Amino acid sequence: MRMFRIFFRNIRDSFKSVFRNFSLSIASISCITITLIVVSIAIILSDNVNNFASLVEKDVTIVAFIDNTATKQDLNILENKINALDNIATVEFESKMDIMKDMMESSEVLDNIMSGWTEEDTPIQDTFLVKVEDIEHIGDTAKEIKDMELVASVKYGEGMVEQLISVFDIVRKISVIIVAALIVVTAFLISNTIKITIFSRKREISIMRLVGASNLNIKIPFIFEGLLLGILGSIIPIVLTTFGYVALYKHFDGQLFSPFIRLITPEPFVYAVSGILLLIGMIVGMFGSWRAVKKHLKI
Amino acid sequence: MDFIRIRGVNKTYKTGVTAIYDMDLTIEKGEFVFIIGSTGCGKSTLIKMLYREEKADKGKIIVGGIDVNKLRNGKIYKLRRKLGVVFQDYKLLPKLTVYENVAFALEIFGLSKAEIHPKVIKALELVGLKSRAKSYPSQLSGGEQQRVAIARAIVNGPKLLICDEPTGNLDENTSMEIMKVLDEINKLGTTIIMVTHDTKIVEAMKKRVILLDSGRILKDYKEGTYSHENV
Repeated sequence: MRMFRIFFRNIRDSFKSVFRNFSLSIASISCITITLIVVSIAIILSDNVNNFASLVEKDVTIVAFIDNTATKQDLNILENKINALDNIATVEFESKMDIMKDMMESSEVLDNIMSGWTEEDTPIQDTFLVKVEDIEHIGDTAKEIKDMELVASVKYGEGMVEQLISVFDIVRKISVIIVAALIVVTAFLISNTIKITIFSRKREISIMRLVGASNLNIKIPFIFEGLLLGILGSIIPIVLTTFGYVALYKHFDGQLFSPFIRLITPEPFVYAVSGILLLIGMIVGMFGSWRAVKKHLKI
Repeated sequence: MDFIRIRGVNKTYKTGVTAIYDMDLTIEKGEFVFIIGSTGCGKSTLIKMLYREEKADKGKIIVGGIDVNKLRNGKIYKLRRKLGVVFQDYKLLPKLTVYENVAFALEIFGLSKAEIHPKVIKALELVGLKSRAKSYPSQLSGGEQQRVAIARAIVNGPKLLICDEPTGNLDENTSMEIMKVLDEINKLGTTIIMVTHDTKIVEAMKKRVILLDSGRILKDYKEGTYSHENV
């Protein structure tokens, strides 16, 4: 009962204190708001880059061109052999006639040239389209396929793919570092803002200590207050993120510059980001006031 | 029974100033003690060490059975709950009413409203301010504010009341009113230690007087007549 009373008194006091020290509360809240907006933008950007990167990685394909001397049976054996390799996600067979048909449909000029070709004398080769599980080892897998009998040549955008992978890797790492750094900076920024709030209440703290309040007694209302400031400060960023991202998604029709760069669909993405923002706001608010009040509890 | 026992206490500030030299002092339960002396004689340091605002470098300080010097920072509240402190500048919270200022000291213990109310009213009655319970400190005179501070210090029923120049900001008549209140509290059994500059008060009260000089106890009178000395 006594604990409950202390607990509810603390919550009541922290609400009171937020409104009594309104101007400083506004300072803390806007500090949290601004930084959370930046964090939100960073999260949205880096998640979209990640999403794009994984889409691209999924699209990367090894094309194995097969010697025209191969028989149907040879093709079956070859497909099984490729499937038996490590790091294979899917194997798809595309016959030379299918390819020819596609090419002829795509342009009239090609149609004119190719219409005379038959299955026996066409220079076009049968192909296997191979997707890999781990994009980083695509070079090894391609080489293994190339070394197989009846495989004439292998193409997977050598060089370009490796470069793309390393760029995405760097972008990923940098975005993680930026978000982490932003969160830490926010925590300290808020800690300093709350320090000003607390400095203006130094007298109150010293009086609380004098009349026999324990350190926990003093700390808890301030930590609740920080929690409250964090929650209040995350409202605007959450609203902006939710509606802003949906509007952005609609405006660009779900893609950026070309259909190749697809944006993450807003649901449930915006809810996850909102949850993260609220959590960051709460933790950072609590940590900030805990750090700020700690200083005043020494003799 | 010794209520306060000070043995071999030394205190030197970081600036190198030594405030207290090798002090021995015993105060019995229920005593009313004045601590006097010129500015910088160490009297404030002495009482600050009693409620652990300052920590002695050496020696032993026992207050009501608590070894003050061995108290860790996180446990100081246990000592503070056993005593009340009154200051020259009252140290009231301006945004709380008189009632709330006094109740503040009890709320932090987690007492219920029903438990707090009679204690606050009793304390305010004792200092004669029951009718001003709903006022804010800024609406009160200096003497009244000090009486609120006294009510806050005693609401918890402490065995010891420490007063650091409680009449320092008040005129003569108001000072005497405050002294009457303190005397009444003392008669109810609370030990009172009071630092003051005011010779008239000390003479009028006829209590034990401890005269400090440069961190040492110069004289210890059983009944205050120190105006004959040249302080």
